[in-house]
Amino acid sequence: MTTTSLLVLLAAMALLSYAYSLKKIRQLAIRSPEKLHSLPRFHGAYTAAWVFGIPALLTVIWIFTAPIILNMQLIEQLGRVGLEPGEVDLLVSQVISVANGSLSPDFVSKDVLDLAVKYEDSYDISSLLITIIAIIAAFISFAFAIRRLAVRFTARHSVERLARAIMVLASVVAVLTTLGIVMSLVFETIQFFRTVPVLDFLTGTQWSPQIALRADQIGSSGAFGAIPLFTGTLLITVLAMIVSVPIGLFAAIFLSEYASPRVRSIAKPALEILAGVPTVVYGFFAAIVVAPFLRDTGASVGLVLSSESALAAGIVMGVMIIPFISSLSDDVMNAVPQSLRDGALALGATKSETIKQVILPAAFPGIVSAVLLAVSRAIGETMIVVMAAGVAANLTANPFESVTTITVQIVMLLVGDQEFDSPKTLAAFALGMLLFLVTLGLNVIALYVSRRYREKYD
Amino acid sequence: MTDLTATRYQTKRRAHLAARHSSEKRFRLYCIGAVLSAVAILGLLLSSIVMTSLPAFTESTVRLELQLNAPAQDRFYSDAELADVNWRSVVSRALYDYFPEVTARQDKRSLVGMLSLGATDAARDAFYKSKVQPGDVVSVELPLSDDIDLVVKGIIDRTLPENERIVSDQTISWLSILEADGRVERRFALALFVNGDSREPEMAGIKGALIGTLWTMLVTLAVSLPIGIMAAIYLQELAPKNRFTDMIEVNISNLAAVPSIVFGLLGLAVFINFLDVPRSSPLVGGLVLALMTFPTIIIATRAALASVPPSIREAALGVGASPIQVITHHVLPLAMPGILTGTIIGLAQAAGETAPLLMVGMMAFIVDTPTDITANATVLPAQIYMWANNPERAFLARTSAAILVLLVFLLFMNAIAIYLRKKFERRW
Repeated sequence: MTTTSLLVLLAAMALLSYAYSLKKIRQLAIRSPEKLHSLPRFHGAYTAAWVFGIPALLTVIWIFTAPIILNMQLIEQLGRVGLEPGEVDLLVSQVISVANGSLSPDFVSKDVLDLAVKYEDSYDISSLLITIIAIIAAFISFAFAIRRLAVRFTARHSVERLARAIMVLASVVAVLTTLGIVMSLVFETIQFFRTVPVLDFLTGTQWSPQIALRADQIGSSGAFGAIPLFTGTLLITVLAMIVSVPIGLFAAIFLSEYASPRVRSIAKPALEILAGVPTVVYGFFAAIVVAPFLRDTGASVGLVLSSESALAAGIVMGVMIIPFISSLSDDVMNAVPQSLRDGALALGATKSETIKQVILPAAFPGIVSAVLLAVSRAIGETMIVVMAAGVAANLTANPFESVTTITVQIVMLLVGDQEFDSPKTLAAFALGMLLFLVTLGLNVIALYVSRRYREKYD
Repeated sequence: MTDLTATRYQTKRRAHLAARHSSEKRFRLYCIGAVLSAVAILGLLLSSIVMTSLPAFTESTVRLELQLNAPAQDRFYSDAELADVNWRSVVSRALYDYFPEVTARQDKRSLVGMLSLGATDAARDAFYKSKVQPGDVVSVELPLSDDIDLVVKGIIDRTLPENERIVSDQTISWLSILEADGRVERRFALALFVNGDSREPEMAGIKGALIGTLWTMLVTLAVSLPIGIMAAIYLQELAPKNRFTDMIEVNISNLAAVPSIVFGLLGLAVFINFLDVPRSSPLVGGLVLALMTFPTIIIATRAALASVPPSIREAALGVGASPIQVITHHVLPLAMPGILTGTIIGLAQAAGETAPLLMVGMMAFIVDTPTDITANATVLPAQIYMWANNPERAFLARTSAAILVLLVFLLFMNAIAIYLRKKFERRW
């Protein structure tokens, strides 16, 4: 029986026990002089939770432990024959893939096939076992729950405690996700730094991970100097900021200070559409419209632009970030109290003087934090640079040349099939770690700036 | 004397005022210019995509008379017999008969090369549909290959010298003969919507990717919505104010700002390598996107919960409801429109996401339509990325058309969200 059908069966049993306890508690209530403590449906839910919860928990535990135990048995069996550890690993993965049908039996030797059949058999036995155990557990918990039902039994409290516990678990998922990110990055990164020293990674100027393809090659550790990636990322980010900060800021000033409600109701959604366009679309736009246009214009004035120039990627990334900056700054400027504007205007300042001398200084911390958040987005943005920027790691500050970024390299290193422990793959995780830390740092600084330097108006 | 000073002062002041006013005007122009340029870029983006996508919505066909040389019995073909026919040779023979002067082996090959590989399928389908008797001639519209299609549409210029275009003079002369006979037609390219991916641009469609996106979104919704709502209820309504809940809140706001590609690395390391979730499946893609989406859902849900006035909670508590009953009977139903709006917007964001899905192998060449959440699948943004990388020229239009479909899909989702907000919005 598959796990899905087992869970469906358990759910059906839970439903039946819900109906049964409803009937039972109603009978008890009629016979008893006392009032029910909880509504009948809480009693039903109480039993149902027991009948479904305990066996389901057992099944989930089985799902995670069964493969581990079976693997250990298999390794032990193979180990007795006296094979090298490496060969054992290979055979184990072969056996498992034959057993679950992802590898055709024609490709493997007779012995492996035998083992696979045995593996499948023991898996089937354990699956039968867990089905029986789960059903017995369902009956036991049903008996337990049904015995507790009574007129004065506080079923609602129990059910609400359970509900609260599930909610707490749901909030813990956020922590678990962060933990998962950190763990998955840290382990691979540490492994990577075992083969490539940290200092070489952070200060090397040569990036050519493809050398590491073959282990017996000279210099097989590859060249993992990430400086060209940092400068490339920086160059594109700076270009993006040059485009997005002025346009975004002026657009925000227009929206919050100049626009009539009517104009605002048109212009704001237009900017929001710009924010809703998927990044892969921006990447396509950069690659087929902006890059050829820049190359042709450059050629007509005698400039030689690479067809994957940093300029095209930077400009389009800037466009992507405009709505981000404009909506954040718009919020900040709207939060500046009206009395400040009125005061400045009453002293005879023009509107632009009010904005430049009163509103912008008041909103400055918020704007700085918006720009920092925008920088963090630009650094982490992937699709635009993957599609429009280059792959070659050039150490240059010339926006007309092609550069590569951290995110491009992560994609290049990981897309396609790869062994999981080659330095090439691990390098991607080290870059990911770096990206995570830098964006996290920028976000924290942004939060700090907006909190620390915010002017308080009452 | 005094008059003179006064006038001088006045002129000076007037000049100063004029300067201030012109600076005001300039500043205002900058602001308007910024908004206009943003709108102009949006217009340029959309119009360039629409313009490049247009050719993909039509396909060129050539009408040829096909005939089966068949058993000399006076009856219909059975399906089994039709299945045995070598359709490629039937189609080729029709072309050879049309151009009897073409005899060289090489030329014959390039003659047949004018047709799409899908032409054989089109021929077979036509014969299946119409009850054909042996010896009957059936007139069938056969799709042309992508390069010829581009020539028909005028995207490849016939007047260019031969060495500057991919289609030879000879092929173009054949095409001109067919066109002069009125056999070449353009029709709506249904293939774009009903086919899966293909190496041949004229046969490639987005159906597989679209269904893959739907499966992925289903997983994302099923995982992120319950977790998001429950976490938001706990944090907003029930949680005590302490270190633990503070930590959770900081975590959620940080997660919302983590670059999407990092979630892809998480998916690769945890879901694929540690938990053995099948690679390239909507399951793993949906889980990764769910982790990205649930902070958005939590934030939206909390805002919606916060907008329900406390008097409602107090009234419910006053008549004896338990805290959980207050939430499930009163607060949650009232906050539902806001929660749904936030969820749809979060899902729309997830549907356009590409980078993390590349990490978990959803960029794969998959012809079949996925049938469940563990099948190999790709999603629309990943399909766009793959087509955009394809050097064949005809894929350019296909890519734009796929983008258009994606944008319409996202617009539709956002429109639903706006409609829900407008319809159920309540001011307290």
